[in-house]
Formats: sequence, C-alpha cells, structure tokens
Amino acid sequence: MSASTMAGSPGQTETRAIKRSPYPGWFFTPAAIVYTVLFLAPTFASLYFSLTRWTLFDATFIGLDNFAQFLREPFLIKGLINTVIYAVVTSGLKVVVGLLLAVMLTSQIVARGYLRSVIFFPVLVSTVGVGITFTVLMHPTQGMINEGLAIFGITGPGWLTDPNLALYSVALVDVWKGVGLATVIYIAGLVAIPRDYYEAARIDGATPWQNFWYVTLPLCRPATSTVITLSFIGGLRTFDLIWAMTKGGPGFASDTIASVIYKQYQAGFYGLSTAGNVVLFILIAVLVVPLTMFLNRKQGHE
Amino acid sequence: MKKRASIIGGAAAIAATFVVFVIPFIFIVLMAFKDRQQSALRDFSWPTGFHLWENVFEVVKTRNWMMITAFINSSIITVVSVTLLVIFAAMVGYVLARRRTRWNGLIEFLILAGLMVPPAVVPTIWLLQGLKLFGTLHGMILVEVAYNLPFSIILYRAFVSTIPRDLDEAAIIDGARPLDVFFRVVLPLLWPVTVTNIVVQSVGIFNDFTNPLYYLPGNANATVQLTLYNFQSQFSTAYNLLFTNILLITIPPLLVFLFFNRQIVAGMTAGAVKG
Repeated sequence: MSASTMAGSPGQTETRAIKRSPYPGWFFTPAAIVYTVLFLAPTFASLYFSLTRWTLFDATFIGLDNFAQFLREPFLIKGLINTVIYAVVTSGLKVVVGLLLAVMLTSQIVARGYLRSVIFFPVLVSTVGVGITFTVLMHPTQGMINEGLAIFGITGPGWLTDPNLALYSVALVDVWKGVGLATVIYIAGLVAIPRDYYEAARIDGATPWQNFWYVTLPLCRPATSTVITLSFIGGLRTFDLIWAMTKGGPGFASDTIASVIYKQYQAGFYGLSTAGNVVLFILIAVLVVPLTMFLNRKQGHE
Repeated sequence: MKKRASIIGGAAAIAATFVVFVIPFIFIVLMAFKDRQQSALRDFSWPTGFHLWENVFEVVKTRNWMMITAFINSSIITVVSVTLLVIFAAMVGYVLARRRTRWNGLIEFLILAGLMVPPAVVPTIWLLQGLKLFGTLHGMILVEVAYNLPFSIILYRAFVSTIPRDLDEAAIIDGARPLDVFFRVVLPLLWPVTVTNIVVQSVGIFNDFTNPLYYLPGNANATVQLTLYNFQSQFSTAYNLLFTNILLITIPPLLVFLFFNRQIVAGMTAGAVKG
C-alpha cells in the first residue's frame, strides 16, 4: 500500500552488521507483544467469531449467516448507509470549512490568536460532553438554537427528533468539534507553500480567486489528503458522539455500524456484533485504500 | 482602505466564531452556576443566584463520591498508559528509523493497519477475560497502549530521522551498550516530540469514552467520561448538575490547552506537510 511513501529518508540503506547491531531488534518486542496480543490477535479472532453464534463461552459455526443478516435486516442496512453518509458529510465539510478558516487565519486578519484558539479548543473537549451540550441546545422547543432562530422569525427544525435530520445534526456537531483540527492541519500546509508562487502569480496579475484556485489549492494537497483521510476514517468509526446525542435514534434513523456493534454487544449477540466489526473493517478497507491511493497518485503528478 | 477591510472582516470573523464556538461554552458555565429550577428552563440567561459550589459538591459526592474514584482511575490510566506508550513507541521509532531490515515493510504495514482497522471489540473482551484482565485498570491500560502505539511510533520515527546519526554513533564507538545509547543519548534528544506525544495522547486517553465503556464496566472502575454517561440518565432533569459535571471534566483539557497549545498543534499536524 502506501508503505513505501511512509518509509524514512533514503540514504540510510547501508547494510550494517546484522549480528550485533547497535540498533537491536528486540527494541520492537515490548510494543510488539502488547500490539499483537491486544490488537492483532483479536482482529484475527474476529474473522472466525464473525462466522459463529457466540456466547463468549462457546461458539457455534453458522457460516455467513451473520453477514447475511447484516444485508437483510433493514435497520442494519440503514446503519451501513448512514455510516457512509456520515463519513462523507463530516469529512467533506471539514475540508471545505477547515480550508476556508485556515486561509482566513493565515491572512492579515486581526485577532488571529483568539480565532485560532477558539476554533481549535473544541478538539480537546470530551466528545460526550459536547454531545450532551448540543443535545440540550438542539432541543426542538426549549433548545437555544431554535430559540435563537425564533428571534429572526425562523421556526427551527427538530434537529435530533426529525428522523430525516438527526444524522446530519450529529454530523454538524462532529464538524463543530473537529474542524479545528482540520484548520490547524491546513494552516501547517499553507505556511509551507513558498511565497515565490504568490509573488509570481501577483506579477502575472492573478485575482485573489485565481490565487486560491490555482496556487493555494493545488499546493496544499498534502494537507487536504491528510484531512480527508483522517476525518473519513474517523467518521466511519464514530461512536461516542452518536451515542451521546441520539443513541442511534429516533428509531434507527441515525444508527451507524459502530452503534449497531455496541447495541448487538449489549443484547448479547456477540457473533453478530463481531460481524459488524468485520463489516466496518471491510468498509474502511474498500473505501479508504482507494481513496488514499487516489490522493497520493494525484500528488505524484504535481 | 485595505486595512479597514481587514478590520471589518476581522470583526465579522470574531462575531461569527463567538456565536458558534464560544457561546456553547458560556452556556455550559452559566448552567453550572444555576440552581435546579432555573437550569430546567435550559435557556441562555444570567443565573439568579450563585450555586456553583453547591453544584460541584453535589456532583462530586453523588453515588458515593464516584467522581473522585473516576478522576483517580482516569489519572492512573492516562499516566501509566502514556508512560508506556512513550517508552515503547520511542524504542520502535528509533530502531525503525535507524536500521533497515526486511521487517521494516511489515512493521510499516502494521502501523498503518493500526491506524485504520477498527478494534475488534468482543474478541478483545473475550481475550481480556481469558487473561483475567477484563474490567481491570491493567487491562484498560494495555488496551490504550495497543490502540495508540501506531500514532506515537509515527511521531517518533519522523523525529528520529531528523537527529544526526553521528550522535548515537559517537556513543556507540565510546563503547556504550544499546540500552545506554537509547536511554542516555537518544531519548533525551527526543524530548520535544516526547512532550508532543505526552500531551496529545493524554488528552485522547483522558477523553476516551468508547474503550472504557466496553472494557471497564462497573461503577468501581468508572472513568470521568463514564460518570457523565451515568449522570445523564440519573439527572435527566437536574441540568445544573449535568453541566457542572461537563464543566469539571473540561478543566483538565483546558489546562493542557493553556500550557501546551503549541505542542498539541505540532503533534496533530505532524505529517500534514509531508503527507
């Protein structure tokens, strides 16, 4: 995969005496043991247990029944679709809003320090705390958001009570909480763009819009690729915010795979829950691997 | 002319971000100051009286001082797992950046997999039960270490490759053993990225809700994020206490933010430029 792009700097390829290297291989072992036992082993075990009816004490092999159920039960399919919608909406908005905020914050604007801090701080706050706060703020009649809208004569929607809207409301809160991270990543990307490009564009008489479209946007592609990958994977895996705000409701309207996994776990359907894990894993692999390959390929052509 | 435009733009930006990002926090603080009756209105109003200390006391002593237990548990989990993470990840990052072996490809792949693959929850519980670690702080700590290793390793590896090899080679020529080279020469040089690691991972682990929910059930083992979850159902009407609780668990990240803002941003944006 993109392992080769992640590799360290070249020029270290000299072959060292392997037998008594000053950089001993056993330095890997503490990390390797913890990682293997608590991450790799369960991951491989999940491939088997997802094919069983499982009580933690004994497992009955039932083939692909759990997966068949995932594709048959309407509320499980709903969870699958919701997961993708949620990931696309949150990562898309984070890219757009994050980039705009970063452009604003790297320009000659006043109070940059204040703006940067205020936008970034929610990243560090407890997700559940944010979720609960916004659940209160988004209450259809007593919530502050709709009361605020009422001042302007707008009747706010039932953010979390409308089944068609609940998932998007949670996604909005996710963007509120996470856009600060996208913004600082973009800021790091933008300040790394050499000034010469803008200088050249200025001499050619570029408008601010052309500056943005033909200089900034292509040259901050590494940042875009980081933001998309991070927030897309994060979006596909989201559990805590959804659980804190809607618990997948109303009905199953805002269930995602991660919340389905938890619900099936609570209900004692361990096999089905584990199958959910495998489905999520496949979904991430199927969507994210081509996505990162696409983003990196484009980058190579620049 | 241009200056005036930037001031107007700045004022608009300040106003907009204030409404979107600051008001929710002011709301939390105001709610924490209110008494139960007033907080039930859930409106954006000035508290009629100063009830913060009563609320804090009430929240802390609820459920047999669960909040204290939770803060202790969360602190233990955070401190121990971050310590292990730093040492384990620095060792891997160091050797990974310095030495080329045929294992490197596999290790890189495992690191990426660790960032992408969602943890298999129930099999992990099953395994922890087998190891008699389920529902214990030890188990929770090891899980946090395992899940957060890939990110820490990436930070360390990137930083190690910026440190000149001459430094550790000089120590090696002087006859220092690998462990001495690592702990006395390299690890101190890694201090900046260690601070970044400590800050970013502490915030993440302290705020972690999902993993304690799965792997650390039971009131005796509650972490701060779970107190919030318990309170939510218990105080479905006592909004003043709920928001006091939110305020209390927001203080640690706020302190980290005030003192380590730069390191957090450095850690979280690592790799953004290089891709």
